[in-house]
Amino acid sequence: MYPRAFDYMAASSLDQASQALSETPGAKLLSGGMSLLPMMKLRILSPSMVVDLGKVPGLDAVGVEEDSLVIGALVRHRRIAADDAIAQHAHALRQAAAGLGDTQVRNRGTLCGSLAHADPVADEPAAVLALGGILEARSLRGIRRIPAEAFFIDAFTANLSGDEIVQAVRIPLSGRGEGSSYQKLGRQGSHSYPVVASAAWLRIEEGLVTQARVALTGLSTRPILAPGVAETLLGTDASSSAIGAAVQKSTDGIVVLEDQYGSIAYKRHIAELLTTRALHEAARLAR
Amino acid sequence: MHVAMTVNGESVTAEVEPRLLLVQFLRDTLNLTGTHIGCETSACGACTVLVDGDAIKSCTLLAVQADDGRITTVEGVAAQADLHPLQEAFLERLALQCGYCTPGMLMSALALLNDQPRPTEAEILRAIDGNLCRCTGYIPIILAIQDAAARMGGEAPPPAAEQEC
Repeated sequence: MYPRAFDYMAASSLDQASQALSETPGAKLLSGGMSLLPMMKLRILSPSMVVDLGKVPGLDAVGVEEDSLVIGALVRHRRIAADDAIAQHAHALRQAAAGLGDTQVRNRGTLCGSLAHADPVADEPAAVLALGGILEARSLRGIRRIPAEAFFIDAFTANLSGDEIVQAVRIPLSGRGEGSSYQKLGRQGSHSYPVVASAAWLRIEEGLVTQARVALTGLSTRPILAPGVAETLLGTDASSSAIGAAVQKSTDGIVVLEDQYGSIAYKRHIAELLTTRALHEAARLAR
Repeated sequence: MHVAMTVNGESVTAEVEPRLLLVQFLRDTLNLTGTHIGCETSACGACTVLVDGDAIKSCTLLAVQADDGRITTVEGVAAQADLHPLQEAFLERLALQCGYCTPGMLMSALALLNDQPRPTEAEILRAIDGNLCRCTGYIPIILAIQDAAARMGGEAPPPAAEQEC
């Protein structure tokens, strides 16, 4: 299967890539290519030009800046799953990366590429949402910092204009009393797209939950925060009974869609179950 | 587009269309037909090769993306005419029937053993998660990879009686 013909540019800098994107109608950015290339082969997408980030230097770093972990545009899932700093500060993201796709896909695909692609059932976006991640969109006009909760607009639609490149994602450094977890039900076994997945992040101070975020994927046209659970948990001791009460609000305010993997009632049930597991693990790690 | 890469230790240069996939470059331009095309949708892993040491699916990489890369295909696994211990183990453990998935299985197994000389069964399962086999039921493949790890570590292979096929 050949994609339709296209022009190709191996960009040498982000500015050059952004300029090419702004000057060329129908151009698409390529990082790992694990979503873009299959779509091009199936001719779901036929970009006029492919702007490849693969040779831009300096994008494959995981570093610490100010109070954030900064993960560059070319950091691949395999690294996310194995990096010590990510394991320490972003446990839920590590779990999401370790359990996505297969070995070859994790060797090639990138976190920032997956976020920009905004597949409604991708694994990592929910983890980044729960962890309070911030995306850095770079263009010749400057850098725009976009909180994850304002980034995922709809299925395959991110809050990016045509010339903007996700140059990095920033995850707040994890402090004392904080913990996170990502739990999913895979379509075929553990390593596959989720039917439903839940990511949870908690801060526990003096035994009480002072901050919480839960994000769900597989329910809607985008990964989405579940504010009902988070609000119900605030001020509790994150005990089994407190978690049990909170997860009943998992899908409050979320329009749940059915698909071939489950009915609305089934997806709600699985969302509650996975959120229970994620909150228990996040609370254990926070304590 | 001009591309230059190392394939099985030899320098290769060519002019290619940007849309040429690495697997087609290997098979059609270089005549290295050991790398198979299975599903062509990044699911089956028959086209797995190593790029800079990592197992990747060559049907989901443009040849131009592999520019400057170091590629190893199944033709580059063995030294000259001898079989690599992995290939010997696959042969002796009956880890192939139709053989279509075998080049990809070997490349995924090789990448694993390069990283992790004594993998656990769970690590083997994870390493070949992206490689489908419709004949063997996988158990002979897992045993062959364990066997190859032992041979490469200079140990006697595990007894054949463990095989369940």
